Amino acid sequence: MQIQTLQFVKKVAPPWTAGTVNTPVGSVFRLSSDWSRPDYWGMIKSRSGAFRMNYAVSPGLYAVGDPTKDSDVFVTANYKLTFDMLRRELKGMQAWILVLDTKSINVWCAAGKGTFGADELVNRIVTTKLDAVVSHRRLILPQLGAVGVNAAEVQKRTGFRISFGPVQAKDIPAYVQAGYKKTIEMRTITFPMLDRLVLTPMEINPAMKKFPWLAAGILLFFGLEPQGVLFKQAWFGGLPYLILSLASVLGGAFVTPALLPFIPFRSFAIKGWLIGLLAVFAVHQLLHLPAPGDTIAMIVSYLFFPVMSSYIALQFTGSTTFTGMSGVKKELKIGIPIYIGAASISLVLLIVLKVKEWGLL
Amino acid sequence: MKYLANVTTLSYAADKCAGCGRCVEVCPQGVFEMQDKRAAIIDRDLCMECGACARNCEFGAISVNAGVGCAAAIINSMITGGEPSCDCSGSGSSCCG
Repeated sequence: MQIQTLQFVKKVAPPWTAGTVNTPVGSVFRLSSDWSRPDYWGMIKSRSGAFRMNYAVSPGLYAVGDPTKDSDVFVTANYKLTFDMLRRELKGMQAWILVLDTKSINVWCAAGKGTFGADELVNRIVTTKLDAVVSHRRLILPQLGAVGVNAAEVQKRTGFRISFGPVQAKDIPAYVQAGYKKTIEMRTITFPMLDRLVLTPMEINPAMKKFPWLAAGILLFFGLEPQGVLFKQAWFGGLPYLILSLASVLGGAFVTPALLPFIPFRSFAIKGWLIGLLAVFAVHQLLHLPAPGDTIAMIVSYLFFPVMSSYIALQFTGSTTFTGMSGVKKELKIGIPIYIGAASISLVLLIVLKVKEWGLL
Repeated sequence: MKYLANVTTLSYAADKCAGCGRCVEVCPQGVFEMQDKRAAIIDRDLCMECGACARNCEFGAISVNAGVGCAAAIINSMITGGEPSCDCSGSGSSCCG
């Protein structure tokens, strides 16, 4: 029963295909170059983190237009969004697309992990009998795949010579037209504001997942009175701190990534700290905080929340196109002791505040 | 955009370069350019240590301690003691789509 179901699924053409193309080794699906509504909806969902892990297409060989044995072969990952961008950009061309099994991860990340690598490429060339489908021995790989693929090794093992194409699929038509030559723009990766903005939901989501714990801690702390936990106290005492926490999350996970090149200093920790500082200042002004004479609350605000924003901003190093491991290690080496120190001092100060409030000092 | 200065582990031995141009072809940051039929480093601080150049240099002229420049991955590796990787939240899950 299980096997029957699998076979049935395999025979059904995915909605983004348009018929089949015959090759000497069997028929392959011809791709539609246009996006349909599910393709757009899938992009939105995967960008927002709803089902990133299962957004995949079956690895193997696909056709664009009516390719012949002389047509170019473009290699890509089986993350559906990556695949969709490629098929859209190849509109009007006659080409083959060889999809590697990267566990539904994009080219760059998969190349870093090794799933977009020489072994998988060689294996896919063999299983699709690519050498019988095309008479030439050329492959065009996305440039960012070079992190995981040793071109010389693939050539030795299969005879196929690799050209690393442009970084972005949208430059492929110009690259092909120029005789497979890249301009410096085609081979360098940029990180414009729009690219940064689409990544921010994946920064805000994980931070907000931890937020209920922080919120519960804040409310409990302010509600704690000698006679028990008072709801009114918790709410009125804790609310400003909840707002400051939210401002720090937004500062580190949204404002810092969005304004990245415009914030002074190269260090992400410092960028995030500066934005956090501004956020705390803004919240204080808006809410007329802290109450006059409340020096300790003021110190805690400015000590803890900018550091929280800094820590969250540092997480964005995982999404950028230009931060390296040595740099992030350096930031963490200096940053982590400061983060732990600031958080500890803030906690001690809050306890002092509480003890004073209870009249024990 | 440039990240921190003087931190990259990139090293390049020009005397081993055969002038094939692979490093220029694969570097996404434009660190290398061809000058007089040999690769030359234009700006070291642009390097993000992705490792594409070293992996594709057939002549062993380039070496770099490649890895992910991701705070979560590095913190994770500090705790678990492995190499920093994109598998931040255990098996079957990933931070990068």
